[in-house]
Amino acid sequence: MRGRAPLLAGGAILLALLLCALLPGVVAPYDPLAFDYAALLQPPGAAHPFGTDQFGRDILSRTIAAATIDLQIALFATTGPLVIGTAVGLLVGYYGGVADAVFGRVVDLVVTFPFLVLVIAIVAVLGPGLGNMYVAVTAVGWVFYARLMRGEVMVLRGQDYVSACKVLGYGQARILLRHVLPNAARPILVYWMTDMALAILLGSSLGYLGLGAQPPEAEWGVLIADGKNLFTQAWWVAVFPGFAIVLAGIGFSLAGDGMADLLDVKR
Amino acid sequence: MTAPLLDVDSLRVTFDTPRGPVLAVDGVSLQVGAGEVLGLVGESGSGKSVTLRAITRLLRRATVTGQVLWRGRDLLIQAEPALRAVRGREVAMIFQEPMAALNPVLTIGQQIEESLAAHGTLDRRARRARALELMDLVGIAAGAQRLGAYPHEFSGGMRQRAMIAIALAPQPMLLLADEPTTALDVTIQDQVLKLLLRLADELGMAMVLVTHDLGVVAETCSRVCVMYAGRVAEAGPVADVFAHPRHAYTAALLRSMPRPGPARERLAPIPGQPPRLDRAIPGCPFVPRCGLVEPRCPTHAPPLVPVAPAHQAACWSSARVAP
Repeated sequence: MRGRAPLLAGGAILLALLLCALLPGVVAPYDPLAFDYAALLQPPGAAHPFGTDQFGRDILSRTIAAATIDLQIALFATTGPLVIGTAVGLLVGYYGGVADAVFGRVVDLVVTFPFLVLVIAIVAVLGPGLGNMYVAVTAVGWVFYARLMRGEVMVLRGQDYVSACKVLGYGQARILLRHVLPNAARPILVYWMTDMALAILLGSSLGYLGLGAQPPEAEWGVLIADGKNLFTQAWWVAVFPGFAIVLAGIGFSLAGDGMADLLDVKR
Repeated sequence: MTAPLLDVDSLRVTFDTPRGPVLAVDGVSLQVGAGEVLGLVGESGSGKSVTLRAITRLLRRATVTGQVLWRGRDLLIQAEPALRAVRGREVAMIFQEPMAALNPVLTIGQQIEESLAAHGTLDRRARRARALELMDLVGIAAGAQRLGAYPHEFSGGMRQRAMIAIALAPQPMLLLADEPTTALDVTIQDQVLKLLLRLADELGMAMVLVTHDLGVVAETCSRVCVMYAGRVAEAGPVADVFAHPRHAYTAALLRSMPRPGPARERLAPIPGQPPRLDRAIPGCPFVPRCGLVEPRCPTHAPPLVPVAPAHQAACWSSARVAP
């Protein structure tokens, strides 16, 4: 049996990020928006551990404040796909037939395009901003959840306990929700965790490109975009928000990994 | 004789596979009376399990024709709500692999209580009490603690007992048991069989016991139905069929089985393999392995005809079959 180290480490990272996201005012040493003309482009030091930008804003405080938006992205950009994908995958996998054939073609269509390209195309049509980004990610992302769920359900529907439920005269809703769904949920929950890491990357990428969170909002990708022109003189402006993205990615991955191990114990 | 509870007539099941249709069940007819225990025997692949699953309409991607009259109504043409009313409440089924037939994420207690909730009007407390009674009935000691256990915490025999408790919760009139003891240890097999028989007797429940073990049939059933290659070879009262088999296959099967008694005689295995079912068999499917072949056997399928009171066989040579 593997230890619980990954889950604990991942959980600790996520908890720290969550704390930053919920209480940025308490955790951050400075106001993330306060200009300080006495301390422009300060390198990392005792007063400013992550340094300051060209307006004298504290990078550490800005990175902490950005956690609010980025964790919100992690949650909002994955919950829609999770719910829709699970429902579609459950129905299509269980009943099969024409719906399944149609679904197969939709999957083919979506996976033909690179995920990012598709999302960028939709956001470009709808207009930049977080709300439209959620719409775009949900419109594309549910397919991957549904595909995963469908495969699980197709295996389960042939299991004897599903036959046993049918022969006990249980209704279809009962069989689907109480017997098939909980047994099929394991991989999709783990995927959900790792997808949150990908969602943060995607949100940052779109923020960097100016299609996601818009500049007054502090978001890691936006912060990196802010710092890119200063990179040769003040590397810290772009690098520390980058570390935050890496840290969040590691946190979600470890938590997902640990959860996979934990859920597997029951089997 | 009153009308049987279950009257299956000319049941045919065809699976469409990429390599063509496979006729898994070819015109099976059988009857089960109230309170009767029917043994359904045959080699692996003879269509026993498929027959049960066709009766309960559990088969996917299969073409099922014929009639399955349950108390006068044809289950094969019932709409979903009517079918659901019969399933569980009137006809229950238990499976070969109890681990696979129990939901791994729900406790045994939850699964028994769910079966009660789906069919009865008992409230939560009454269901709990009834679940305990059922645990007791199927011989699971310390039921109160065991109700909170998950299937993986149970041994094979306990799981099958739990499965029986779930199936019996709605008090069915007929229990279809699909090789309920095959996956169990020999010592446990006997216990579970005795339990099933005792319950069938106490509850006045009819049972179809699918097995490939003739010894089990001899011990437990009142009537037996022998299947071969998807067809009924012979059916009749157990004592009669075992003493005077009237189908060459039944006779060969009996010779291949050890008998009690002091005589140490050599067992006679049946040579060859059962036929493949993916092409039509015009005559009797047992021809390639049979010692009593007549000229018409390979070309004309023998019909299932009465050979003695309540005893039918589908064999052209039935008069020449020696026990």
